[in-house]
Amino acid sequence: MRSLRAGRLTYVILGVFTLGSLFPLVWTAIAASRNNTRLAQTPPPFWFGGNLGRNLSVAWTDANMGTALLNTVVVAGTVAAGTVVFSTLAGFAFARLRFRGSRVLLTLVVGTMLIPPQLSVVPLYMLIAELSWTDRLQSVILPTLVSAFGVFFMRQYLAQALPMELVEAARTDGASSLRIVWHVVFPAARPAMAVLGMLTFVMAWNDFFWPIVALTQNGSPTVQVALTGLGRGYIPDQSVIMAGALLGTLPLLLVFLLFGRQIVGGIMQGAVKG
Amino acid sequence: MTDETALLSPSPARPVREGEGGGRGQVWRSRRYRWDLRFSPYAFVAPFFLFFAAFGLFPLLYTGWAALHQVELTDPDSMTWVGLKNFTRLWDDEFFWNALRNTVTIGLLSTVPQLLIALGLAHLLNYRLRGSAFFRVAVLTPYATSVAAATLVFVLLFGRDYGMVNWALSGLGFGPVDWQNGPLASQVAVSTIVVWRWTGYNALIYLAAMQAVPGELYESAELDGASRWRQFVHVTVPSLRPTIFFTCVVSTIGATQLFGEPLLFNGGAGATGGSDHQFQTLGLYLYEQGWVNLHLGRASAIAWAMFLILLLIAGAARLLRGRGEAR
Repeated sequence: MRSLRAGRLTYVILGVFTLGSLFPLVWTAIAASRNNTRLAQTPPPFWFGGNLGRNLSVAWTDANMGTALLNTVVVAGTVAAGTVVFSTLAGFAFARLRFRGSRVLLTLVVGTMLIPPQLSVVPLYMLIAELSWTDRLQSVILPTLVSAFGVFFMRQYLAQALPMELVEAARTDGASSLRIVWHVVFPAARPAMAVLGMLTFVMAWNDFFWPIVALTQNGSPTVQVALTGLGRGYIPDQSVIMAGALLGTLPLLLVFLLFGRQIVGGIMQGAVKG
Repeated sequence: MTDETALLSPSPARPVREGEGGGRGQVWRSRRYRWDLRFSPYAFVAPFFLFFAAFGLFPLLYTGWAALHQVELTDPDSMTWVGLKNFTRLWDDEFFWNALRNTVTIGLLSTVPQLLIALGLAHLLNYRLRGSAFFRVAVLTPYATSVAAATLVFVLLFGRDYGMVNWALSGLGFGPVDWQNGPLASQVAVSTIVVWRWTGYNALIYLAAMQAVPGELYESAELDGASRWRQFVHVTVPSLRPTIFFTCVVSTIGATQLFGEPLLFNGGAGATGGSDHQFQTLGLYLYEQGWVNLHLGRASAIAWAMFLILLLIAGAARLLRGRGEAR
């Protein structure tokens, strides 16, 4: 590892990038605190106005944001929990258990990452229509409940973090596989489970293509689908749309504020090993 | 290896507690123990494969089948065999070729700058910095923003009459650009959203790879009198080649599937990708055919066309990579 000290210019350039990254988000809040008329003037507003409360409450009712947020929390939470548990189980089996066909199965898992999701959209839609799941949350949850990346990520982590001796010692004590998972694997995997959970949560929260296909808009949409409804008015109120965008983004920004460093660490870790 | 064989056979050292030994109980226990060892691994990997079979593999195969039929969204159960008609239609369909062209242009406009900027950004983040954690989180923040929210904001920023981008441009003495209707301008605008959301993410991936480059390489380069720029070009970039290849593949797959940005950049006018289809991508065209025009068979054919294009790109990448490694 190299650690040359950064010069002043480095800070300036990084400052510009930081500004570029954060500005659209800050400006969303500024636009959400103004009104439509003010947004249709030049120069555009650079500071907050007094309309935030009104816009938020209009967006809240117009896009049915309460339900949408609740739906999204349920979807992203279930998908993240399912992905974490299933990935840990499979990752443990691939990293620390020997069984016939494990190599072939692991190759299959990695191979599924190459399949573009669009390829399955039409029949998946036909499938959920057949099951009368359109407009139901399970149509979004079930197809994304497992992840090949997750299995691979947990396998790589457990191959390092879970010493063989630990599993062996538990076996010697007569523990069943399920007990080993509960008392040995889950505790050892906890840091990686947290990272995988957060990454999956962010992805599930932001997912767009499949939810907009599966959840027609008068039913129970996720936040992302609900947001598209806000722009559909005869004369769309931009400040209300921005308030909606803010409502849809804030929860994740909060997660980022709290766990940003861990998420950064997780992405970098996944990059090196994946 | 030895510890793994130990794992496979029940250990003789297993303590037997008082009162649990004896006759059938013990036989039953040891049988259960053997079953546990043999079948638990399969039980642990089963959920992945079950879900994948139901929601991944089956749909994948079925798409090929549906592409050979006429299927309407209004009645997905009735399928009429039409052979390759959906595909020959696509071949003569100017909107398909238009969408393919747009996908390639927007893909290049977003992927190339995104990865180049990410590489430079990672290089800066690799210096010893005050507040490095802050910078890393800050450049990653757009990743936490959804396609929907980000696109809606950029629609406003790129507004023709009152948008901030045109206001800034006019301050610099340039005329207003019609970001929504200009063919190239609209594609640049859509690409900007992609670049904004993904540059920081890629920068972190490059940063991780940079930190794994052994320091001796830089030390010997420095002894040879190489400037920092030359070190970057001759040490950093070659060491990062596998990672760069990886991000190229991932970004290309992402670019092929571009959907949310062009859908919402249209300001609620549906899936046409602009008044003149000027930024309609393949993903958007698939959606328009299937869920606006209700032709699921044709949508399936587009899906397969996208898959074939990806395979072509993957093949070309393999060829390129093989050549790169041979050198």
